[in-house]
Amino acid sequence: MATAAAQGSLFRRPTATTGWWGWVTTVDHKKIGIMYCATALAFFVIGGLEALAIRAQLAVPNGTTLTAETYNQFFTMHGLTMIFLVVMPLGVGIMNYLAPLMIGARDVAFPRINAFSYWVFLAGGLFLYSSFFLGGAPDGGWFGYAPLSTQLPGNGMTFYALGLQILGVASLLGAVNFIVTILNMRAPGMTLMRMPVFIWMTLVTAFLLLFAMPVIAVALFELMFDRVYNANFFNPAAGGDPVLWQHLFWLFGHPEVYIMILPAMGIISDVLPTFSRKPIFGYAAIVFAGIAIGFMGWGVWAHHMFAVGLGPVANSAFALSTMFIAVPTGVKIFNWLGTMWKGDLHFTPPMLFSIGFVAMFIIGGLSGVTHAIVPSDAQQTDTYYIVAHFHYVLFGGAIFGLFSGIYYWWPKVSGRLLSDGLGKLHFWLMFIGFNLAFGPMHILGLEGMPRRTYTYPDGMGWNLWNIVSTVGAFIIAVSIAIFFVNAIITARRGREAGADPWDGRTLEWSIPSPPPEYNFAEVPIVKARDDFWHRKYVVKPDEYVPVVAGGAVAEHEDDEHDPGHGIHLPAPSFFPAAAALGLPVMAFGVIYSWPLLIVGGLVLLLGLFGWVLEPSEVEH
Amino acid sequence: MATEELTSAVQEHHTSTGLDNTKMAMWGFLGSECLFFGSLISTYLLYRNQTADGPNSADLYDIPYTSVSSFVLLMSSLTMVLALAACHRKDQRGMRAWLLATALLGMVFIGGQIYEFTEFAHEGLSLEVSPFGSSFYVLTGFHGAHVTVGILMLLLLVGMSMFNRLGPDDSRKVELIGLYWHFVDIVWIIIFTVVYLIPS
Repeated sequence: MATAAAQGSLFRRPTATTGWWGWVTTVDHKKIGIMYCATALAFFVIGGLEALAIRAQLAVPNGTTLTAETYNQFFTMHGLTMIFLVVMPLGVGIMNYLAPLMIGARDVAFPRINAFSYWVFLAGGLFLYSSFFLGGAPDGGWFGYAPLSTQLPGNGMTFYALGLQILGVASLLGAVNFIVTILNMRAPGMTLMRMPVFIWMTLVTAFLLLFAMPVIAVALFELMFDRVYNANFFNPAAGGDPVLWQHLFWLFGHPEVYIMILPAMGIISDVLPTFSRKPIFGYAAIVFAGIAIGFMGWGVWAHHMFAVGLGPVANSAFALSTMFIAVPTGVKIFNWLGTMWKGDLHFTPPMLFSIGFVAMFIIGGLSGVTHAIVPSDAQQTDTYYIVAHFHYVLFGGAIFGLFSGIYYWWPKVSGRLLSDGLGKLHFWLMFIGFNLAFGPMHILGLEGMPRRTYTYPDGMGWNLWNIVSTVGAFIIAVSIAIFFVNAIITARRGREAGADPWDGRTLEWSIPSPPPEYNFAEVPIVKARDDFWHRKYVVKPDEYVPVVAGGAVAEHEDDEHDPGHGIHLPAPSFFPAAAALGLPVMAFGVIYSWPLLIVGGLVLLLGLFGWVLEPSEVEH
Repeated sequence: MATEELTSAVQEHHTSTGLDNTKMAMWGFLGSECLFFGSLISTYLLYRNQTADGPNSADLYDIPYTSVSSFVLLMSSLTMVLALAACHRKDQRGMRAWLLATALLGMVFIGGQIYEFTEFAHEGLSLEVSPFGSSFYVLTGFHGAHVTVGILMLLLLVGMSMFNRLGPDDSRKVELIGLYWHFVDIVWIIIFTVVYLIPS
């Protein structure tokens, strides 16, 4: 490293931390977290517009808003967008911003890999969406069942195979990064069983990603070879087995469900105690329930395949394991209820979204248990009942939980409070709109309305509930618009949040809002679970009302000199963004012409070489 | 120099578990790779008798030939260990020599695989002809790609060492790439056993 200063200017590290170049080259986990969330919210709007188009088409029988082809592309891209470009990256964005703050670290373990993950995610999202302008988007459903997905004409499903592959790279690297960060970068005294529940759920999620992503990677490679190079993985005529796709896909796909829900569960496990003025009820139980879900999530995938005909033994085994996984989930529900029980509840917007999560997730969880019963599931498969179920867990669950997190940590990130009134309006409109949109789908499904079909005839008895559902969808859209209005008007005129607007319990509230680049002027020494709470209050064991112990809030905030002086932070770097650019170019090469594949490969390789060879510090 | 102080400060910064960050990350990544190859091997096992109109494995496999190339790859693990030992002795020249030897053995293995693929193609096995062909080429091809990435990293290490970009204390990089290299070798042992040695 002594020779680092002697290196040529090519490898000199960029120094700008402001302006757009500062964002491109940043390796700061907070900026990367903001970029993740902003990008995910943009995709949320796009995926939402696709949903509105779908609901407009289905509002009345024989609808003519969309053609069958466009409908197929929209429902496929709606699913892909909401899963891979909204719920996952929103979770990752919040983890990015908060994981180091909550464990008392100054950054993640691998800041440049973190930046690379973001740019790869963005590249994958844009690549997937470029298909709309290049002859048609993926149109075979987010599950891409073979042999339909291998035979659909056009390049849509090839974009699917390659786009998800790129997004998988981002997730895999992110998973490695978060595992190492959480296990290795904790502040002194932050033992595993003192970590906030959100950090625990992040850790479990990271392990799920680590082991689920390679499985879908193989499935997608096989699909790619079938489509582009005429391989025979899923071609029944040559002896290929389409059920292999289903096994590989759902072996990834079911852990994926927990990858989406666990971060949201973690968020509400930190929000509920703050606004109930009580510690989480049964910390060890909720942590171990999360770990149990992480393990059992690998043993239930074939419940997505009850209609395939795997035989009574396999079906019964997976029916049992599926009912069994409801147990740790139920444990968590009681943890949350126990946390609120006799608490001093403050119904702020984040608290409302958390309670909404618990209520909606119970409904979605109960309909999930009905799928575990094989004969019942045979009636429900491919009907709107399934659509109702997974929207209750993924929208009523994950999205409500993520919005709870957004409202909760917004003041920490922006330094300003969102409007409480608009936040509550957002919640109630979204809550009503959500139940109007997806509640009736239970009935439609049980009445036999098939999913993924672009229209339906008159006289089936489905008209009323479809129009109700469409009205609900548009109410959701209004509620989301209110959120953006709230964000925009409070960006300039919002009240200053201060370091600790909610009287929080965890370490991120002990530092100024927004946090300085180095997070902690002094690395905190952790003495208890909910350490920051115990620094503020002395809790008497037989009383619910804590006694104020005196201000430990961000004492260094008023320091005249910069308290972070002399703290070395990782220097910015443009190589992560440059290397990430290579992946979509390679993917276009697979579709259009192989020289492009080589060009993309070289961009990636040179980017990584530059990454390895650049000095570890800015030259002064 | 300031940078030297900084480097030592970074190295002194101990982690919560006591394990090195990069090593933990490599172990995590290799854990993920287990499922990657596990899925590919499962696919192969499902399809090894689905030969459609193409040749089957008994027609194709030349066990003595593949045994030799497997032996070459296994020996590269030995040279990798010797490279790391030289690195620990702060013997930069020895380390470079053993790293180069490892990379060369890897290249011999890849050359052998290219020859084998060409032979099989002549005998009518292709991606298109049967699920057996698809799964054979994709499984062994991905393994070959992993070896190739390993060779590139070994050569990068040699280059960095030659231009003094690898400090004498920087044995961790050698160790990490060694971990990766050994893993890829172990995967080959499994592939050799499952694909070549178990008769269909």
